[in-house]
Amino acid sequence: MRFFEYEAREIVKRAGIPVTDYGFTTDASEARSIAERIGGPTVIKSQVLTGGRMKAGGVKFADTPEEAEQHAADILQLEINGHQPRGVLVDPKAEVEQEFYAGVVWDGTRKRPVMIFSPVGGIDIEQVAEEQPDKVGRRHFSNILPFGDFEAKEVIASTGVTGSDLNKLVPIVTRLARLFVDNDMTLAEINPLGKLKDGSFVALDAHMDMENEARGRHKKLLKDLGVGDEETRQAREATEFELAGEAVDAASHRGVAGNVTEFDGDLGLVIGAGGGSLTLFDAVRKYGGRPANYCEIGGNPSVEKAKGLAKLVLSKPGVDKIAVMMSIVSNTRVDIVARGVIAACLELGFDPAEKIAIFRIPGAWEEEGFKILEKYGVEYADRSVSMHEAARRAVEKIQGGVTA
Amino acid sequence: MSILVDESTTFIVQGITGREAVNLTRECLDYGKGAKVVGGVTPGRLGREVHGVPVFDTVQQAVQDHGAPIDGSVVTVPPAFTKDAVFEAIENGIKLIVIVTERIPRRDVAEMVELAQLRGARIIGPNCLGIIVPDVIKMGGIGGPAKDAAKAYSPGPIGVISRSGGMTTEMSSTLTAAGLGQSTAVSIGGDAIIGSTYAELMPLFEADEQTQGIVIYTEPGGRMEAELARWVTENDSRLPIVAFMAGRFMDEMPGMSFGHAGTIVEGKEDTATEKIARLAEAGITVAEEISEIPEIMKSKLAERGSVVA
Repeated sequence: MRFFEYEAREIVKRAGIPVTDYGFTTDASEARSIAERIGGPTVIKSQVLTGGRMKAGGVKFADTPEEAEQHAADILQLEINGHQPRGVLVDPKAEVEQEFYAGVVWDGTRKRPVMIFSPVGGIDIEQVAEEQPDKVGRRHFSNILPFGDFEAKEVIASTGVTGSDLNKLVPIVTRLARLFVDNDMTLAEINPLGKLKDGSFVALDAHMDMENEARGRHKKLLKDLGVGDEETRQAREATEFELAGEAVDAASHRGVAGNVTEFDGDLGLVIGAGGGSLTLFDAVRKYGGRPANYCEIGGNPSVEKAKGLAKLVLSKPGVDKIAVMMSIVSNTRVDIVARGVIAACLELGFDPAEKIAIFRIPGAWEEEGFKILEKYGVEYADRSVSMHEAARRAVEKIQGGVTA
Repeated sequence: MSILVDESTTFIVQGITGREAVNLTRECLDYGKGAKVVGGVTPGRLGREVHGVPVFDTVQQAVQDHGAPIDGSVVTVPPAFTKDAVFEAIENGIKLIVIVTERIPRRDVAEMVELAQLRGARIIGPNCLGIIVPDVIKMGGIGGPAKDAAKAYSPGPIGVISRSGGMTTEMSSTLTAAGLGQSTAVSIGGDAIIGSTYAELMPLFEADEQTQGIVIYTEPGGRMEAELARWVTENDSRLPIVAFMAGRFMDEMPGMSFGHAGTIVEGKEDTATEKIARLAEAGITVAEEISEIPEIMKSKLAERGSVVA
């Protein structure tokens, strides 16, 4: 879960890392009072969860509080990459002598967090790594041993930084590493980390990403920051259809019939499980099909839940038929899914044989499931029909239907 | 032979009295030669039995009762308690831990993995279905009830490694139907950090005489495939590998997670396209469809002169 800059700065501040005397607001006139309090040139920054803010005109400089108010008013109206800003951050324009970079991320191969440090900050660290590899230091650290100052010292020193800069940076990088671990972050980055004219260091911008699975352990922090449980902060805002999918899944805790993602096609998909859904979605597209949605069934959901998902997909505007397909199931029961999708068709007044392009779920309780499908004349397939072949047949049916 | 487990492997089930764990225990006892499930642990349930398996409060009690070191543990406790359960298993001398639990924060996983490394133990998972040696033993829910597992898996020369539990069975079933049995199939889990990656299991398959080829199932997200490609190249592996990549559509949708927690495109390197290129450079064929895998594998085996029954 990505944090807005104003939240990320608050997290950095709480960790004891110096930040500027900034203010956050959703109101242009308040932006003016913040600028008055700061009493000098300011930077007005759009608070959006997307990149390319500077290019889009979401960051502006103001010499006076009046100018700050005007910029804030403009920026609050400015949509960036389809994102409406949450508010603006009013920041003192710092007299920066040099910009540094400090970050911590996970290394999934080494299975440890890795600190990344560079005396070249303010730009994308991957670009620095490519152009000036000797200016980027990396150091993994233990998940079990307490983090030591020396580890921060080593990564900083490895980039050639020494003298009082080194000694001032060690506590900042140490605190950043601890913040990363303590808050279950997947990314904790200060960029730029500014060295001011007086030789002190201050975080000028921060990016923080918390692991979704760990949100439950950081309730206090999230409450303090005003982040509600309903805020998923996905890369794309959930659509109404997707929210309805979440409601179907949440209706009972047994099994999964959710992770619904909306697409703009005519073939509704009732598919599972995790890997099976990925495979089947690709397969439908490979054969020229246009999926109306992505979803995942798994963990043996109830008939009611399978029915809810199928009804949702069948009711989506533009959906002509549905394909019910999974990889071989061992926990989820074939007959339960069959009952659910047939009930969904019947309740909506559709003929299952006509609406269900194909049913391909082999595995547990398949004999019982196939018997039900046969009764309603639904085309079904066992494991001798591959997932791709099932997808191909579904696409063929829906395309045949359109041209007929 | 097989990797990781064989018919003599003993294991416990931590969280054995949970609904899924009860089923899993039954399945393991019924499958193949019958797993040696020597105990189960649920705090506060000492003295109970689950399908004849004695339940203990602690792993220590289970080990004392068994009177000898226990080889493995299947961990099925809720995410908030998993780290402690795994630490408990490791500190009581268990060397192979299969973590079934989903949604464990990666900090916890990383801590478990690091302790395991210090103690010479191995973790499979989390968010996985475990290990199966066809007709011999299964450790975990992989393949489901014994009769269903028997339909999909058969003994033979192919090692299977998969980031998806369900797809481990789908791919093995396809191999079985084409006359290619499996030496061992391992569901390694779908999270961003897992105990054993493809590259970490390769040396075991490499050393296993029965194994003649490897089939992997993979997805976008992470760097595990690049690690495998590097391993194969650096070690001049004797084993031909055929891969299947699901989730190709995700390349167009960076930042969105599908399927498994670790399945998300965050940068260029973890896209399906990039991974397919990396695998191909290492001589690993990426099949377009699962049904093509057996033929590709058979021709690779023929090239290397492997004799497949």
